Amino acid sequence: MKINVPHVAKLANLPISDKERITFQKQLQETVDYVEELNRVNTKNVEPTSQVTGLENIVRDDVTKPSLNQKQALSNSYSTHNGFFKVNAILENE
Amino acid sequence: MNRLNLKQAKEGLKKKSFSSVELTKACLSQIERSDSKLNSFVTVTKETALRQAEAADKALDEGIDMPLLGIPIAIKDNFSTLGIRTTASSKVLDDYIPPFDATVVKKLKDAGAVLLGKTNMDAWAHGSSTETSDYGPTKNPWDLKRLPGGSSGGSAAATAANFCIASIGSETAGSIRQPASWCGVVGLKPTYGRVSRYGVIAMGSSLDSPGPITKTVEDAAILLEVLAGVDELDATTSQLPIEKFSKLSKKNLKTLRIGISEDYFIDGIDPEVEAKIKNAIKKLETEGAKVETIKLFDPKYAIDVYTIIQRCEVSSNLARYDGIRFGKGRGFFADEAKRRIMFGTYALSSGYYDQYYNKAQQVRTLIIDDFNKAFNKVDIIIAPTSPTLALPLGATEGASMFGEMADVLVEPSSIAGLCGINIPVGFSKSGLPIGMQLIGPQFSESLVLSVANQYEKLTQNEDWRKNKPEI
Repeated sequence: MKINVPHVAKLANLPISDKERITFQKQLQETVDYVEELNRVNTKNVEPTSQVTGLENIVRDDVTKPSLNQKQALSNSYSTHNGFFKVNAILENE
Repeated sequence: MNRLNLKQAKEGLKKKSFSSVELTKACLSQIERSDSKLNSFVTVTKETALRQAEAADKALDEGIDMPLLGIPIAIKDNFSTLGIRTTASSKVLDDYIPPFDATVVKKLKDAGAVLLGKTNMDAWAHGSSTETSDYGPTKNPWDLKRLPGGSSGGSAAATAANFCIASIGSETAGSIRQPASWCGVVGLKPTYGRVSRYGVIAMGSSLDSPGPITKTVEDAAILLEVLAGVDELDATTSQLPIEKFSKLSKKNLKTLRIGISEDYFIDGIDPEVEAKIKNAIKKLETEGAKVETIKLFDPKYAIDVYTIIQRCEVSSNLARYDGIRFGKGRGFFADEAKRRIMFGTYALSSGYYDQYYNKAQQVRTLIIDDFNKAFNKVDIIIAPTSPTLALPLGATEGASMFGEMADVLVEPSSIAGLCGINIPVGFSKSGLPIGMQLIGPQFSESLVLSVANQYEKLTQNEDWRKNKPEI
């Protein structure tokens, strides 16, 4: 498999320079090639495990509890407006 | 005084041989004197620590008994600490001040601990060297030209250098045991879900396990008893009752069945490491333990499984760092984080899920089944923690999978969510520590701690125990 670094960087929203693109291309391709080894393991009819201790459907009562107030929630943001987080527009105007 | 272990410090405080303020000052002055050489702390919280120590002294005077009352502890910088900068050693979080405490931090505070500061780590816990920290590498207290291991390298180095009485680390696959091994201290990786992950800056959410790094096995048991337990804020925590770990149940060594696997003495293993571990196993055999050779799933496949699962989960977990709610923008990620995010993004992208993440989760099932089979025959498995001694600074340069490769012997047990402990078993001729790991089934911390504690007692008068790092 060949990894397409500019495409993956775009999906991951990571800014990378031309120089980084070349280094990462080589390094990530090494990793992709390395893990190919796993294909040697027969996993026919094997169920995947995502939760190692076997817990399922852990729920709690649906009750409200004290949480961060607005000031605390906004305290680490570089960009706020009237008590809200300010973000860049993601939809373009017609 | 800062050289005391947790149990000794507790006794000294109780007997009023010294106060918590004195003990805390002893640790702080050791940090001030020597941490410029080690770089084991990202942030030292001197004022908060002294305030907490004063409060602890007052409580001690009132005869209040709490498990960690007045004990100075260092915490890895990926645990959120209310009002104290928490960076995960990444510039993305350079000025991030959490508005809440991680459950582990809350439990430490509720137990009366004094928090000395936040320790250095591989940025985002991505690595096994502490060399990928955006705040510079931590050095190994036994040889300043060498790495402490990682990612909890700051906690391990600070504990070995007696900057603290004990410390807290976190392990995804090796990040407690491996630096403990390279720094010559005890490191306990609890079963997945034994200790809450709430408020820990997430790396691989199906693997992350917070745990103690200490000077003795008993200290690790005392800390685990404080840290363990179900947490409503982490749905993966176990509902099993917290055992009295600090009582150290006494497993009869004569009925102990130890499993060893030749696959864990891999090609290229340092011969001094191999000799010391085999010698240590012999000592347990002399005490009556039965040693059985077992066949385990080849650990080399664990590297692939771990690389895929961890990097996929990293790409998902680090997606939240968008520079909007907290932290700086994505341009502040350093190379290792970028590599892991990009590989994970690739492996999870449309059309590749089955080939990578699903395949890795299937092999994970095989690894779990394989351990289950082994634990039908033996009680614990013993192996080297790391195939090498502490490596020189710069070892990670150009090695795009350094972390995953260095942790080959701890990855399988992490993937299966097992518990394990590193204990020191001696030194190389060059004066570097060698560590042995004891791995037990899920939730067998009592057994693992018991055997580790008995080994420690058996060997407490050996000459190498007198070695002290010169910093």
